[in-house]
Amino acid sequence: MAEAKPTPQDVLHRIQHTPPRSDWMETPVEIRKGMYCYAANPKSVATLGLPHPHAWNPVEDDWHLPENWQQILHEGFKERLERFRSFKVFMDICVRCGACADKCHYFIGTGDPKNMPVLRAELLRSVYRNDFSRMGRLLGKVNGARPMSFEVLREWWYYLFQCSECRRCSLFCPYGIDTAEITIMGRELLNLLGLNIDWIATPVANCYMNGNHLGIQPHAFKDMIDFFVDDIEEKTGVRVKPRFMEKGADILFITPSGDVFADPGTYTAMGYLMLFHYLEEKYGLKVTWSTYASEGGNFGFFTSHETMKRLNAKMYAEAKRLKVKWILGGECGHMWRVIHQYMDTMNGPADFLEVPVNPITGTRFEQARSTKMVHLVEFTADLIHHGKLDLDPRRNDYLKVTFHDSCNPSRGMGFFEEPRYVIRNVCNHFYEMPANTIREQTFCCGSGAGLNAGENMELRLAGGLPRANAVQHVHRKYGVNMLACICAIDRAALPALMDYWVPGVQVTGVHELVANALNLPGQNERTTNLRGEEFEELMAQAEGQSDEG
Amino acid sequence: MGEALFARIAKERAPLLSLWFDAALEGYARDTASFLKDRRDPFANPVGHHTRRGLERLFDELVGAMDMEAVTQALDPILRIRAVQHLTPARAVEFLFRFKRILSERFGAAPRSAEAAGLLFELHERIDRMVLAAFDVYMACREQVMELKANEMRQRTFRAFQRAGLVRPEHEKAPEADGE
Ligand code: SF4
Ligand code: SF4
Repeated sequence: MAEAKPTPQDVLHRIQHTPPRSDWMETPVEIRKGMYCYAANPKSVATLGLPHPHAWNPVEDDWHLPENWQQILHEGFKERLERFRSFKVFMDICVRCGACADKCHYFIGTGDPKNMPVLRAELLRSVYRNDFSRMGRLLGKVNGARPMSFEVLREWWYYLFQCSECRRCSLFCPYGIDTAEITIMGRELLNLLGLNIDWIATPVANCYMNGNHLGIQPHAFKDMIDFFVDDIEEKTGVRVKPRFMEKGADILFITPSGDVFADPGTYTAMGYLMLFHYLEEKYGLKVTWSTYASEGGNFGFFTSHETMKRLNAKMYAEAKRLKVKWILGGECGHMWRVIHQYMDTMNGPADFLEVPVNPITGTRFEQARSTKMVHLVEFTADLIHHGKLDLDPRRNDYLKVTFHDSCNPSRGMGFFEEPRYVIRNVCNHFYEMPANTIREQTFCCGSGAGLNAGENMELRLAGGLPRANAVQHVHRKYGVNMLACICAIDRAALPALMDYWVPGVQVTGVHELVANALNLPGQNERTTNLRGEEFEELMAQAEGQSDEG
Repeated sequence: MGEALFARIAKERAPLLSLWFDAALEGYARDTASFLKDRRDPFANPVGHHTRRGLERLFDELVGAMDMEAVTQALDPILRIRAVQHLTPARAVEFLFRFKRILSERFGAAPRSAEAAGLLFELHERIDRMVLAAFDVYMACREQVMELKANEMRQRTFRAFQRAGLVRPEHEKAPEADGE
């Protein structure tokens, strides 16, 4: 299926006035440029010891599969049906009511019916009916069953990597069927044949070897933090003193490496450093970073349960080695889904840690009783609630902020109020997007679950349209110019989305906003924000804009 | 009767727009088209919403001032969406030509007077100008997509490293299109 130049006949054919209207199973899959991510580098697959590392190209006719690939898939399917009860239930109970059909941002944005969650799940379900239900096999297509074939496999691969595992669809399903779980299983099965994407496999291999997705070695990690220290001093006059791998520190802090290495997450990382410095100066709290556990994110989650477990293990291992009391986690999305839903049973129980208590306020974080890991935004909200931070929100007055609920903390953890509470306390101008696009109904950034590569930009921009469209609304209505989020993938992916759909809106982490408002003991005049932009200019610009509006 | 052509078209705004909207959905699969048409919430259905709004504004320019800036603004959301979807460039702008057919089906293809012929010609010429503008918008969007594709990640990580002084001098020059 190599991409050939269309002939004039092809072009004429394509501009007929009636599109093909066949049943979905009859509509052949066209693997289109811009919609898919490159195939995994076999070296990365081999590094991880995952099955069948090999070079292949999705648009070619031969994927160089193992001889018995159908059998491998069948057995893998069977094993997972036995192991995960939810998977079996989800295969059986869908009544094809269609309630989920138009709820997926990829369907809404791409207009491709196979991106309807119900059809995405049917990819696996159709094979399930054929392989595991006698009735299904007897009735065949009438009952929506079909045997596994190369065509079906291509369809699996193409559409399972057009699902960001965001779970929005599950919210609307009367049976609670979670298509994200089905995608997770489907991707695991594809991994049995070495059919991962490189944007996932290589970060996972990097993380496995070097501790973080970007493969940055420990000294470079430290260099980067040292640079932040200089930069903070330049902007605030205060030299913060971060701790690294410090045994006996109170708390171990782990955040996604994107915060350390990619703009605008870097400003959020500077925010963390300033907050920890403040807490140490004022209250003697000792927080340590680690270059070993230097990745909060976990692209293993997008590969298989086992890979996720392996990458996650270093969090507890490092906490144990450093003998900290508990773990604090930075602003990330899927990292929290892994922590919240899997870590405890996967790598826990972490009996060697204490139930997290905020030593400054005395708050006991009951919800983290078992995992021993607290979300930084929750921690900061608690500090603000107890009046423990000296804040001057006026420094953020040039901003009109809205908040994007990242799928994982919001739908995955019910984390809605804390980020809003923090933002409202550090910014004077906050505006919500429309109700059916936030909180549990939030729209994905379009780049989640390992799909934030460059080559699939069309998919990302189309899938991100529902989110961007809601931002555009508040941008036009209230002049919103800053989109806040608590996820590193969002911080990496949303700037491109904004550039394309809503120019004039920038992206920030919540702790960048906190740090701009936070008064550090011994600070200078604070004439610029953390991005080095002069407050005076920013305020003047903002006034100009609101006059126009 | 000639003079009346624009006015007659304007008077039938709603039914004509409805036909035009249907024509604009022809590039989508059947299930998608019915979703785009029926779901009226602009946040649940941004593609349908922006397509409908865009056509309304185009319609008003077509029978009105034909201000090219307003035309371009009306085209932008529609083409911006199409530039990241499965539609080929031809499919993406085809909806504009389709309005000619809708008009001739509604008002008859053969004008009855020289004046009417002149106005019909003018109308078609306006649609052609819209098509040309649409090509420009579409291409600009495609270029932007390509640029984001090429530079996004390199820029964000490269720039962070560069600020930190962690880039070797021979690599100091930031990747192209680093023009913010
Ligand atoms: S989990 Fe999200 S991306 Fe996947 S099908 Fe459901 S709504 Fe779409
Ligand atoms: S809403 Fe649930 S039951 Fe209905 S089609 Fe979707 S997955 Fe099936």
